[in-house]
Amino acid sequence: MSTNSSTGAGGNYLDVRDLRVEFPTEDGLVRAVDGVSFTLQRGQTLAIVGESGSGKSVTSQAIMGLHNRKSANISGQVILEGEDLIAMSDEGVRKLRGQKMAMIFQDPLSSLHPFYTVGKQLVEAVRVHQDVTKDAARKQAIAMLDRVGIPNPDRRVDDYPHQLSGGMRQRVMIAMALLNSPTLLIADEPTTALDVTVQAQILELLKDLQRDFNTAIIVITHDLGVVADMADEVVVMYGGRLVEHGSVRDIFHRPEMPYTLGLLASMPRLDHGRSSRLDPIPGLPPSLIRLPKGCVFRPRCTYHDKVPNGLCDTERPELITTAPNHEVRCHMTADVRRAIAVERLGARIEETA
Amino acid sequence: MSGYIVRRLISMVLMLLLLTLVVFLLFSVLPTDPARLTCGKACTPEVIAANRHNLGLDLPLWQQYWDFVKGIFVGRTYGSGTQTYSCDAPCLGYSFKRGEEVTTLIKQGFPATFWLATGAFIMWIVVGVSVGIYAALRRGKWQDKTVMGISLIGYSLPSFFIGLVLLYFIILKWELLPYPSYVSPFENPVAFFQTMLLPWIVLAILYAAFYMRLTRNQMLDTLGEDYIRTARAKGLSERIVIRKHGLRAGLTPIVTAAGLDLAGLLGGAIITESIFSLPGIGSLAVNSVVDADLPLIVGITLVTATFIIVANLIVDLLYAVIDPRVRLV
Repeated sequence: MSTNSSTGAGGNYLDVRDLRVEFPTEDGLVRAVDGVSFTLQRGQTLAIVGESGSGKSVTSQAIMGLHNRKSANISGQVILEGEDLIAMSDEGVRKLRGQKMAMIFQDPLSSLHPFYTVGKQLVEAVRVHQDVTKDAARKQAIAMLDRVGIPNPDRRVDDYPHQLSGGMRQRVMIAMALLNSPTLLIADEPTTALDVTVQAQILELLKDLQRDFNTAIIVITHDLGVVADMADEVVVMYGGRLVEHGSVRDIFHRPEMPYTLGLLASMPRLDHGRSSRLDPIPGLPPSLIRLPKGCVFRPRCTYHDKVPNGLCDTERPELITTAPNHEVRCHMTADVRRAIAVERLGARIEETA
Repeated sequence: MSGYIVRRLISMVLMLLLLTLVVFLLFSVLPTDPARLTCGKACTPEVIAANRHNLGLDLPLWQQYWDFVKGIFVGRTYGSGTQTYSCDAPCLGYSFKRGEEVTTLIKQGFPATFWLATGAFIMWIVVGVSVGIYAALRRGKWQDKTVMGISLIGYSLPSFFIGLVLLYFIILKWELLPYPSYVSPFENPVAFFQTMLLPWIVLAILYAAFYMRLTRNQMLDTLGEDYIRTARAKGLSERIVIRKHGLRAGLTPIVTAAGLDLAGLLGGAIITESIFSLPGIGSLAVNSVVDADLPLIVGITLVTATFIIVANLIVDLLYAVIDPRVRLV
C-alpha cells in the first residue's frame, strides 16, 4: 500500500463537480441530487449529512456508479485521481468498484447474501480484481477478517451471515470493502443498524484502518455524533442540494444555514438537562418532484421574514463563501445568519476567526 | 434432522388416516347402495344380499373402516367360506363396479398421468421460468409488458377451452396429429409423442403463465435486495450479479411451488385427461364419481393426498439444503 497521496486535477484526490442525478418517473422528474460539488483528499473524512430523501445516499451511489444509467440521468463530474467516472464507460467504472473505491452499507444483514458463507463472498470480492487462486484469496480473506477484529477468523470464515452478530456482520462488510485496498471508502450509514456500544467500535475500526491505509472516507449519516467523531469536513444536504459545507468546526461551532442550525438544535444534549425540550425542525422534507421555486428550505424556515422582498420564495439562493472553505446557501446576510446562530445555539457558537 | 423426518412421517400417516376417515364417512351417508352396484339389472335381492355380506358391507361402519385401514397395511380377505378373495397389502379396497382391486386400477392409470404431468412440468418450468427471468430483466419495457399480457391471457383461459380448441383444429379439422390414443412410450415412442403433445401444451400453458409471473416477481424482489447492490459494489459484472446472486435467491421459492404443483398433477389432471381421453388417474377419478364407486374414490383420494403430503416433506427438506438459514428442528 503506497502512502504518498496521489492527486488528480486541481490537487484533489476526489473532485465532485456539479453532480446531478435525476430519475424520470411517471409522476415527473425526481431531482434527487441537484448540483453538488465538493472535494476530498486522501486520509481525510468527509461527512454528508441530511434527512432521509436529502440525496446523500444517491450522491454516494452516483460516485460508485451504482445507478443504472438507463433509468437515471446523471451529469456533472466525479473526478477520482484525474479520471472522470461519469464520462467513463460502465465497464471502466465496474473495474474500479471494489478495487479503488469501495462501499459499506447501512444494514449488514441484508447487505450480505444469505445463501453464501462469509468466506465465499470475500473470496469472490478478491478474485474479481486479483488473479489469484481460491486458496490464496481465502488466506487474504481470513487475514482481513482478523484485521477487522473478528475472533477465530479461520473458523468464522465458513459461517453464514445469519450466524454472526450485527457488529460482526458490519466488520465482515468492512473487510469485504477493504480486501482490494481501496483508496476511497464510502460508508453509507455504517452504524445506524447497530447497537450503541458496537457503533463506537465500528467507528474506531474505520478510523484505525484509515490511518493504516491512508484512505479517503465519505461517511453518509444523519447522526451528528458520527460526524463529530469521524469527519474533517462536512457537507449538509437538503432537498437534493448542498446547503452548507465547511470543516467540522465550522458546522458545529459556526453554522450559518438555518437548516444546519435546526439539525444541531434538534440533537439531544446531556448538559441541557431533561427539562429543556428538544427543538425539532417543523414540517417535512420537500417532494423532490415539486421543489419550492425559491429556496428549498423556505417552507420550513422560520427566518425567511429576515430577507427583504420575499426573495426566499422567488429566488434560488446561490452557494456563497462566507469564510475560507465555508460555503452557505442562504439569502440572509452573514451578520443576520451569525446573530441567529448565537441566538439558537448560544454558548456553543464560536466567534468566526 | 432425522428426528424431524420421523416426526413429519408420523404426522403424515395421521393426516392420511384422518383424511380416509372423512372421505369414508362422507360417502357412507350417500343414498347409494354399493352392493346394488355389484350386479346388473337382472339382479335378485338374494344375490345382492350375498354380495353385501361378502364385501363386508353389512358390518357396522366402524368395522368397515377398520378393515379398510387394516387392508392397507396387511392386506385383507373378502368373502367367507369357500368363496374368498384375498387382496394383498397395500389393499385400497375392491371396486364392486369394476370387479378389480383399487390398487390395480390406480396402477393402470398411473403411467398416463405420470407422463402427462412430468412432460407438462418440464415444458412449463423451462418456458415459465426463463420467460419470467427475461421479463424481470426487461422490467417496465415493452418486452416485459408483452410477456405479462400473454401470461394474463394464458392464465385466464380455462384449460377445457384451450384443450377443445386445439383438439378441434389440430386433430379434427386440419388432421395434423392422429386422434389421441394412449400408448406407452416404450412401446411406440412416436405415437406416444403424437398423443401427448397437445395434452402437454394444454396443461403447460396454464402453469407456464403462472410461473412467468411468479418468477418475474421473485426475481424483481431479489434484484432489489441490498445484497445485490453489495454484489455490484464489489465490482462483479452484471452477468455474475444476476446469475450467481440473483438467480440463486430468486428461484428458491419456485422450488416449493414447482414441487407441490407436480405432486398435485400426479394425482391426475382431470380436465386434460378427460378431453384427450387419456386413461390416467384423472379420468379414473371422474368415472369413479359418476359411478359412485366408493372404494375407488377413497383410494384415489388417498393416493393423491399422499403425493401432495410427501411432496411437501421433500420440498421442506430440499429447502433446508438450499437455504442455510432454514434449520429443521
